This record gives sequence, structure tokens and C-alpha cells, in this order.
Amino acid sequence: MLAYLAKRITASLFILLGVSVVTFGLTYMIPADPVAMIAGRNSTPAVREQIRTQLGLDRPLPEQYVRYLGRLVQGDLGRSYARKSDVGPLIASRLPPTLLLMLAAIVAELLIGIPAGIYAASRRGRNADKVAMTLSFVSVSTPQFVLGLTLLYLFAYVLSWFPLGGYGSFSHLVLPALTLGLAGGGWYSRMMRSSMIEVLRNDYIRTARAKGMSEWRVITRHGLRNAILPIIAMIGLDVGIFTSGVVVVENVFGWPGIGQLMWQAIQSLDIPIIMGVTIVAACFIILGNLVADLISPLIDPRISLR
Amino acid sequence: MTEFWTRFRRDRLAVAGLFVIAAFLLSAVAAPLIAPYDPSEQFFEGLTLEGSPLPPNATFWFGTDTNGRDQFSRLLYGAQTSLMIGIVANGLAVLIGTTLGLVAGYMRGYLGAAIMRLTDLMMAFPPLLLAIAMAAILKPGLNIVILVIALVNWVQIARVVYTETVSLSQREYIEAARALGAGTGRILARHLLPHLVPTIIVYATLGIATTVLLESMLSFLGRGVQPPTPAWGMMIFESQSYFLNAPWLVFIPGAAILILALAFNLVGDGLRDALDPTQRGRA
Repeated sequence: MLAYLAKRITASLFILLGVSVVTFGLTYMIPADPVAMIAGRNSTPAVREQIRTQLGLDRPLPEQYVRYLGRLVQGDLGRSYARKSDVGPLIASRLPPTLLLMLAAIVAELLIGIPAGIYAASRRGRNADKVAMTLSFVSVSTPQFVLGLTLLYLFAYVLSWFPLGGYGSFSHLVLPALTLGLAGGGWYSRMMRSSMIEVLRNDYIRTARAKGMSEWRVITRHGLRNAILPIIAMIGLDVGIFTSGVVVVENVFGWPGIGQLMWQAIQSLDIPIIMGVTIVAACFIILGNLVADLISPLIDPRISLR
Repeated sequence: MTEFWTRFRRDRLAVAGLFVIAAFLLSAVAAPLIAPYDPSEQFFEGLTLEGSPLPPNATFWFGTDTNGRDQFSRLLYGAQTSLMIGIVANGLAVLIGTTLGLVAGYMRGYLGAAIMRLTDLMMAFPPLLLAIAMAAILKPGLNIVILVIALVNWVQIARVVYTETVSLSQREYIEAARALGAGTGRILARHLLPHLVPTIIVYATLGIATTVLLESMLSFLGRGVQPPTPAWGMMIFESQSYFLNAPWLVFIPGAAILILALAFNLVGDGLRDALDPTQRGRA
């Protein structure tokens, strides 16, 4: 187990290193000259040269990268152009609302996906199964901003069941979490269905049925426990999938998290924030994958450690 | 082939999806003929006296947008943008992914490992954020959007092609071909690629759905194709502040994105079942 852990963590660190190379490369490719942005239009060449030296832009590329990496390791993500503050603390202060939203979205997608998948599997091949699977396709084909705006219009504006966006209470959380979680619910229902169908093929299920157990009990007592294991391991991957969605969802619902910060940075082309959020999101994804890899063998001893 | 078609035809949703795609393609190609107005023309009578957009009516079938432009004409030209990016960007992604997956799967060794580590690295980035970061740095525009989406979307197909190539490469007929003196290029193109065609077709179709959604998100974020080119995501972005008073400005282009993405997903799923019956019923 320890050797496996060490191997997985080393691999993750290498991927993180790769991420830093990519973000450095992208930052370096920016056509806008950071020196001109800091010095202003009317600066003298001497002042520009001084700033260039201060920023280390006169150094060779590999050295610049090593310095960049050194700053990243210390948690220094650079300075925002538009907000005149450090990107690291800015992202950290926006993290709690986003994590809350992601957690609620995970709850929402599991509450939608798992029952739907079990139901479809138990009705395999019949109309209910076909309807459920078609709906799951609809949910993964819906752009999240359209879904968010539609829910907002129906449940907040027309019916006034929920507030028109904002942050602070449980009722603020429902619609954004649903928007973020619905597509995931569609995926989970498909995975749950196929996992359940797979499990229901086993001999011990046939035995349970043969001894006269009701189909409901067969599914809940024998099927669910085994079928849900691969599903649980997938939760770690959701965080990564959600990082794209929060940009759109937080903007639609005025949720003051990282997504909204990113949205505003995109509108004002605030590159340090865009890169900072991308790096933080990549860390989340790598961590999520690591957790998924570590959980799978723990909950299912049949999965061997490699 | 006929057997495949018989199986595909049995999946009514996939056939419906095919019809939807055909209808969208037709309206995109024939947009200049069908569209009642120029998509960029701002009509004085397209706004109310207070300057609000018009709801759907006899003159403007799908209403007008916040600039008094005809929503129906913009929708038709928007289909050109969506389909063009969906097909070209995804085609590029399939080309890159297939080539890299094939080479990595057959050559293995350092080159194969390097390619697969590159896919690991790409998977660490959220596709939308990476696309935004690239689009933010490069000047936004049609070609850049296509390039950015292709560079983000090749990963999945590369991994699928890699896995299949690895298992195909161990078959005896490949060894026989090599013993007969066939070069690497010939084995890849003549002996491996043909067997991968069904997989590639399925993932290419599903990939168009992903691409259509990604493009709509990019243009909703203002980082997709730039005005005056109409794009469905941008139409929603532009009318967001007017949304509660003029919900059709969001619902109509939103429905267009949903229907097109759904059609490609249904066709892709139908193709998967028809091309590989052993996978039937799996997710």
C-alpha cells in the first residue's frame, strides 16, 4: 500500500510540474507587454529597463521558469492587473463558497443519479429504462448556463420559490447546486445502471432470487452494495469536472466564489487571475484523481494495487 | 454494412437524431436563402418605443434581440458557426488524437510513454479553463476557437485509440505483417487503422456534442467567435441582463444548443450499439 501511495504521489507531483510548465508557457506567450502595463504609456526607456530587470524578464527563459516555479511553490500566484492585489489570497478568500457549492452539487447528482440508475437497471429494456436513459442524455447535452438561467426564470422569477441569486442561506444554494449537479446526475444514472446490471448477472444474485427473495430486497441488499462501489470512487473526479461548470453557474447565480472571480477576470483579461485559477483547478483535479485511485482499492479489495 | 444499418435503424432515437442533424446542417447551409433578414441588420421597428426587444411575432418569428436584430435570422447563421466549429474543431481533435494514440499504442517505448504522459497532463486541466486561458492569450476569432477546442479535445480519443491499438498490436496478423517486411507506416495505416474506424466514428460523433457545448460556453463567456459573427452562446451572453423581461432571447438559442448536442449524443450512442453489439446497453 505504501509503495503504491508513494508511486501515485510521485506521478501526481510530476503532473503538477507539467502543469506549471504549461501555465508558464501560456503566460510567456501573452502578446501584451507586462512592463508597459506596469510602467504606463509615458514611461522612459530607462524606467522600463529598470522594471524589466526587477521582474527578471531580462533573464534567460529557463531561469525565469525556475523563478516562476519557486514562487508557485511558495503559493505566490502573482498580482492581479485589475484588482491590484495578490492572486493567491484572492483565490483563497473565494474558495469556501465554491467548495460549499461543489459539495452540494455532489449531493444533488448522487440523489438524482443513483436512484435513477437503480430504477433503470431494474426495468432494463422496458420503456421506463428507455425514458430514464434518454433523460440522462438530455441532462448531459444541456449547456449549464442555459439550465441555470431556465431554473432561475422558472423557480426564482415566475414561482418565487427561491431567491434570484446571491449567497447566504440554504435556499440560495438549491438552484446553483442543482444546475451544477444535473449533468453529473445524468452520468451517474448511466454508470449506476450499467454497474447494477453487471452485478445482477452474478451467481449469488441468482441464488438470492432462487431462494424466493423479493426483487426489491435482491437489489437493495445484494445488488446495491456491490454496484455502488465503483460509483463512490468516481466522486473524486467530480471536483475536476465541476471546475469548468462553476465559472458559468456562479456567474448566472451571482455566487461569490472562484467561478465568479474567474468570470470577471475573463471579462477584463486579467491574466494572472486566469492562470492562478487554472493552476488551483489543476491541483484540485490531480488531488481528486489521487483520492479516486486510493479509495477504489480500499472499498473494493478485488482491485489490485499497481 | 447492411447489417449495421438494420441495427442502427432499430434505434429510433438515433434515427431521430440523424434527422435533426440533417435539418440543422441544411438550415445552416441554406441560411442565406431561408433567413428573412440580414442577421446584423438593426431594425428601428425591431425595438419597442422604450427600446426593449420584441417577443416572437408575425414579422420577427423568434422576436428581436436587444439591438433590434431578427432573432430567427441570427439563429440560422448561428447554426453555421456551431456546426462549422463542431465539425472542423472536432475533426482536428480526432486527427490529432488518432495519430498520437496510434503511434503511442504501436511504438510503445519512450515515445509512447511520452505521449501518454502528455495526455495525463492534459487531463489535469479543466477543458473550459484551459480553452479560456488559451483564448484569452491569443486573439479571439473563429480560427483560434477551432484551434483551442482541438488542442483541448484530442485527449479522450487518443486514450481510447491507444488502448485499442495496444491490444490489436499483439495479434498474430500484425506480427505476420511485420515478418513479411511491412514498414511501420504501412502497418499503422493498412493493418491497424481500419480496425479502429468504428471506434473513431463513435467518438468523433460524441465529440461533436462536446465541442458544440464547449463552443457555446466559450462564446457565452465572450471568448468565442467575435461579433458580428452570430453564435448561439454569444446571443445568450448579450441578452443576459434582459433575460427576465425577454426570456425567449435565452430559451430559443439555448434550445438550439441543447437539441444539436443531444442529436449528436443520440446518434453517437446509436452508432456505438450498432457497430459493437456486445457493448449493447452499457453506458
